[in-house]
Amino acid sequence: MKPQLIKGNEAVVKAAVLAGCRAYYGYPITPASEIAEAAAYYFQQTGGHFIQAESEVASVNMLYGAASAGVRAMTASSGPGISLMQEGVSYLAGAELPCVIVDITRGGPGLGNIAPEQSDYRQVVKIGGHGCYRVLVLAPNSVQEMADLTTLAFDLADEYLTPVFVMADGFIGQMMEPVTFASEVRKVTTPDWAVDGTAERRKNLVASIRIEADDLEKHILHLDAKYKRAEREAVRYEAFMAEDADLVLVAYGIVSRICKSVVEQLRGEGLKAGLLRPITLYPFPEAKIRQLARTASVFGCVEMSTGQMIEDVRLSLEGRKPVEFYGRCGGNIPSEEEVLRFAREVLKRSTPVVVSEEVVHG
Amino acid sequence: MAEYKILHDKSNCFYETYERKGELRNQTHYCPGCGHGNAHKLIAQAIEQLGIQDRTITVSPVGCGVFAYYYLDTGNIQAAHGRAAAVATAAKRSRPDSIVISYQGDGDLAAIGTAEILHAANRGENITVFFVNNGIYGMTGGQLAPTTPVGAKSTTSPFGRDAHNDGYPIKVCELLSALEAPVYLERVALGTTKQIMAASRAVKKALENQVKGLGFSLVEILSPCPTIWKLSPVAAQERVRDEMAAIFPIGVYRDRTREAQPYPAPKPAPPAEQIPAILGIESAEGVIEAAKPDRPVDWRIRVAGFGGQGVLMLGEVLAEAGLEAGLEVSWLPSYGPEMRSGTSNCHVRVGTHPIASPLVTKPNVLLALNEPSLKKFLPTVEPGGWVLYNGESIPEGIQVRGDVNMQAIPFTQLADELGEAKAGNIVSLGALLELTGMLRQEAVDHALAHLVKSTRWLEIDRQALKAGRRAAHAREAERAEVCQ
Repeated sequence: MKPQLIKGNEAVVKAAVLAGCRAYYGYPITPASEIAEAAAYYFQQTGGHFIQAESEVASVNMLYGAASAGVRAMTASSGPGISLMQEGVSYLAGAELPCVIVDITRGGPGLGNIAPEQSDYRQVVKIGGHGCYRVLVLAPNSVQEMADLTTLAFDLADEYLTPVFVMADGFIGQMMEPVTFASEVRKVTTPDWAVDGTAERRKNLVASIRIEADDLEKHILHLDAKYKRAEREAVRYEAFMAEDADLVLVAYGIVSRICKSVVEQLRGEGLKAGLLRPITLYPFPEAKIRQLARTASVFGCVEMSTGQMIEDVRLSLEGRKPVEFYGRCGGNIPSEEEVLRFAREVLKRSTPVVVSEEVVHG
Repeated sequence: MAEYKILHDKSNCFYETYERKGELRNQTHYCPGCGHGNAHKLIAQAIEQLGIQDRTITVSPVGCGVFAYYYLDTGNIQAAHGRAAAVATAAKRSRPDSIVISYQGDGDLAAIGTAEILHAANRGENITVFFVNNGIYGMTGGQLAPTTPVGAKSTTSPFGRDAHNDGYPIKVCELLSALEAPVYLERVALGTTKQIMAASRAVKKALENQVKGLGFSLVEILSPCPTIWKLSPVAAQERVRDEMAAIFPIGVYRDRTREAQPYPAPKPAPPAEQIPAILGIESAEGVIEAAKPDRPVDWRIRVAGFGGQGVLMLGEVLAEAGLEAGLEVSWLPSYGPEMRSGTSNCHVRVGTHPIASPLVTKPNVLLALNEPSLKKFLPTVEPGGWVLYNGESIPEGIQVRGDVNMQAIPFTQLADELGEAKAGNIVSLGALLELTGMLRQEAVDHALAHLVKSTRWLEIDRQALKAGRRAAHAREAERAEVCQ
């Protein structure tokens, strides 16, 4: 297929239709509105359903209804709308319903602004609803990945029976790049557990309630086992010139593109910098970070926030190596020049430490 | 044992025994005299009579009705508090042949779920809602409901419901009857046997409407809650009959069952092989074969101007043409805080090397379509880069940089002479192509044909492109003369 120049937000919708998604329920919000607009246009022409819901609360519960009925369903929003959806996400996770939620992040807190930020990390990756659950989170950094990771999100959602987030900043949603789409439409079959108004599935129940303590505990442990499996099997990352790097930059989304450019420039100057880009924010590439900690002397986390992912980097490192932070927020983006300056300073400060004996696990 | 005759047997729509219940699997969890038992029976009976058991999906709420799935042998979905109508909406849309029931209590439907019920009704969702109104929060132990009568005590209105503090009981049927879409709204009661018989007819009718595809039906069922009301089952029923029915008048609030036309069947899905075409995903033909530049190029372009000058469009043409020419491209709009002051700009990269950052902070091409943009971005241009300004000359007060190629050409004016001032963006593109040879004409033609859908505009843009080239050529010639 010929690549087409397309906005990230539109790529999500085309990929979703090709992945067999036939239900979109959403509420407009900048900078995610193009997703609802494209869904309104394409879903209704491809045998799917689209409703502009009365709120994000309603749309996430419509997602719950569609997923219960056994169809691939999705919604999209941005920070404030995602906050409203969190109740529903907890129910979806509890009831083990697969679905895809796209978050095109913007500035917060409160109304904040519509410019890009990466400040939804905590509410999405560390979960924003009640209960012991997790959601899988994919973080595209290109328009091609907006398409590819949307497809993957549906597959992971079905595999793990859980909501899967595609979390991209406003830039990735708004920018245009060439995309090559899948050439065929995915065939989706109705899962056995669905409540679809047929005789063979009449006995089915979709619920998140477990009234007895033992039942609920069993259910929670079952959910937890799924997350542990995802931590073993679903981790994705891109390591760019990281294997021999003294300084490993850790960044995702648009910031990872800036950092990649910075790494190229630093390497050009003979400085050993690398980039680790988590593609799955949950499960987080902890083992990879620990592995890089054997050779790197310092990590530099760059985000469009005051530092949210850095907590996961620190947890992964478990104190093995120092982590420094550079961030911009409010809709400002760390420029290449700023990150270069940051990286040079960090490299100057850190004297490579030779570890004579491997004492750490992982 | 005395002889007896069974007049009303348990409906087949109930499970034989209630296996999902932890204990006492032959009886419900409802209190003696609770209206839910009767409401369940009426629904089960109607499902059975209509022969729709296999097709039925019951959405149960948060509240005493949460365990409807213990009893009703239908497909069951348990929803979050207040959201049953939204859940039912999507289940029905996804499975149009199913019969979807949203079973909700007064706290669920008339307090926390008001938005969901109002909008499901307003969209005329083809679902059936049974709204059990007992004027109190039963499951959580007797707190104030939106339907609690004025003066009535509850655990959260210990001195009685005060209209000034808590408002008045919400009348759901009256409220929804203000909407255009609902086909059937009726309030019934479970206060007497006669009322229960009438309720039975209403319940069946509401389901039948959905079977016929007529649209949104809601039956509000005034229902006793003896435990929380602290009344005997008989006294509770009397209260429904005498007191509740006085606040919430029984009757039909909307009935367009006769004249309503069945909803048209959903459009059949197109065959899978047609979907890529519907999505506008072009088939096989690859990127046009182009002689890629023999040397690496890395155009980092910033286009900036007022909103409405076609800044973003110009960037898109550049990126699309780059793609047509087989180059790596990216286009990034500045949609953030800058947009609000009425200026617009975008970052475009076109080059031979895979693009790491799509952000252009040090452009080697600046297309400044207005003065503020020139002022703002001129200092960022890389030495040796190109700056094209939309004007007769570089405005006073702006330091002309000797280390960049600066040209002032009145793009908008030239476009105006062509009859469309808005084509100034494409005039500037023509000038850019003429001066830099950035992209071949053929690639740009392709891009314009792809992006500009109107034939009139396509022609204007072609003329604009030529005008831009001509003007730039003339400027270069002038400059050459001056240099001689």
